[in-house]
Amino acid sequence: MRNRQVFSAAALLSLVLAVPAQADEFADTDLKRWEQEFQTAVKEGRRLWTSPELGSNGVVCAQCHPNAANTHPETYPKFQKQLGKVANLWEMVNWCIRNPVEGQPLTADDPRMTAILAYVAYERRGVKLEPGKH
Amino acid sequence: MTTNLSRRAFLKGATALAAAQALPISLVELAFADESQNFTFAYISDSHIQHIRGAKFVRNWDRGLIRAVAETNLLHPKPDFIMFGGDLAQLGSKPELDHGAEMLSALSGKVHHVMGEHDYYLDLGEYWSQLFGPHYYSFDHKGVHFVVLNSILTFDDWTFNRWPTAEQRMAEMAGLDNPNGSPFMVGDKQREWLRQDLEKVDKNTPLVVFSHSPLQKIYKGWNFWTEDAEPVQELLKPFAKVNVLYGHVHQIQYNQIGNISFHSVMATAWPWPYPASYAQAEQYLPKLTVPMNRADPFFERDATGWQFINMANGNVDLRYTLYENRSREVAYNDKTKQPEDSAYQPDSARIPPQTHY
Repeated sequence: MRNRQVFSAAALLSLVLAVPAQADEFADTDLKRWEQEFQTAVKEGRRLWTSPELGSNGVVCAQCHPNAANTHPETYPKFQKQLGKVANLWEMVNWCIRNPVEGQPLTADDPRMTAILAYVAYERRGVKLEPGKH
Repeated sequence: MTTNLSRRAFLKGATALAAAQALPISLVELAFADESQNFTFAYISDSHIQHIRGAKFVRNWDRGLIRAVAETNLLHPKPDFIMFGGDLAQLGSKPELDHGAEMLSALSGKVHHVMGEHDYYLDLGEYWSQLFGPHYYSFDHKGVHFVVLNSILTFDDWTFNRWPTAEQRMAEMAGLDNPNGSPFMVGDKQREWLRQDLEKVDKNTPLVVFSHSPLQKIYKGWNFWTEDAEPVQELLKPFAKVNVLYGHVHQIQYNQIGNISFHSVMATAWPWPYPASYAQAEQYLPKLTVPMNRADPFFERDATGWQFINMANGNVDLRYTLYENRSREVAYNDKTKQPEDSAYQPDSARIPPQTHY
């Protein structure tokens, strides 16, 4: 068993060596693609932010948070007195979806949640990380 | 979840009503030679009554207005009149304006109305006018000259030529951070009317101007802004005591520009963050303003509230009663000649959450 592991590790190593160092190099196309993917999520987040589709009463996120202001993504995770625990931003987003907009909460890895978090973080770019701060 | 919340909100509303009856509204009665000339008025603003469908409206925004009306009726001493500061509706539709007017009809006392952009941009204020009267006007009360302006007008090209439908025009203006919006103005025609109106008024008469937008420039990105603020201020300059009261911003703001004191009034719908909490653009929030505590989103009435306005000395003093935040009093300081928060003005007196991140 042990021998087999050593063998396969060696085989893998020789494979990597055969195509030298490619995994470490990011071409411009990679950087562009990542930026583009991120901006696509931000754009979708902004769309959801101003759309009533997350809720049931026509209220949208932007009504209370223009430009995602006062969402302070850089202060999460932080203690939420009302939840009685240290919470992540997505838990707070779900609170807003449930209450003011009267919709169904999203799972943490729902692409719509990712888009919302991307938009919120993008609007606060350049602001110092202050986890735990209110 | 929804049912639960509604029940809780109803219970809260009921308790608030009982509490309000016992509210010790401790007015500081200033002693004047002619006591009969002292007066107060109440101000309710920014209800944003929002239609869902049929007879359904957004419950939370409804609750805010219902509560404000109930509390206004319980005020003692009774205000001489009540102002409604604009944005009664969210999208300017008949159901919204009718529903709002019906709730306001429970007020005991004379109500004056200010035009808000949410009331205007669907039918350019036609239905609103049928319900509440002219878009701008003035009146006198106990030696004070009151002016109501429609300050949410904008370029004709934007209003009349840009949008395929009235609904889209309304929706574009309804988004606070929408780059397709357009800056607010009083406009040439109305400024000329104001000039003529003020010509007849003695320069020592205290002046109170009501507008929906600030008549000063605070933050363009969210239209906390009036494009022709300077020429409007120019017309107010010759008067000894000038007060501008505005809604729109859903938060406490106050400022002094020359002889003009500016005060905002609270919303009954929802609170807005201070532009300072948006990092990507410059803002000109008045240096005098001590921001209100951050709203607690778990208490849906937090950071909305009402204010009782005292005009006994010709300058406006505001007492804000906030639900989860401590009450605030912004009064004119005769020595410094500007409005000041009576408790939090010095940096050392502020409480930690009043620093916004």
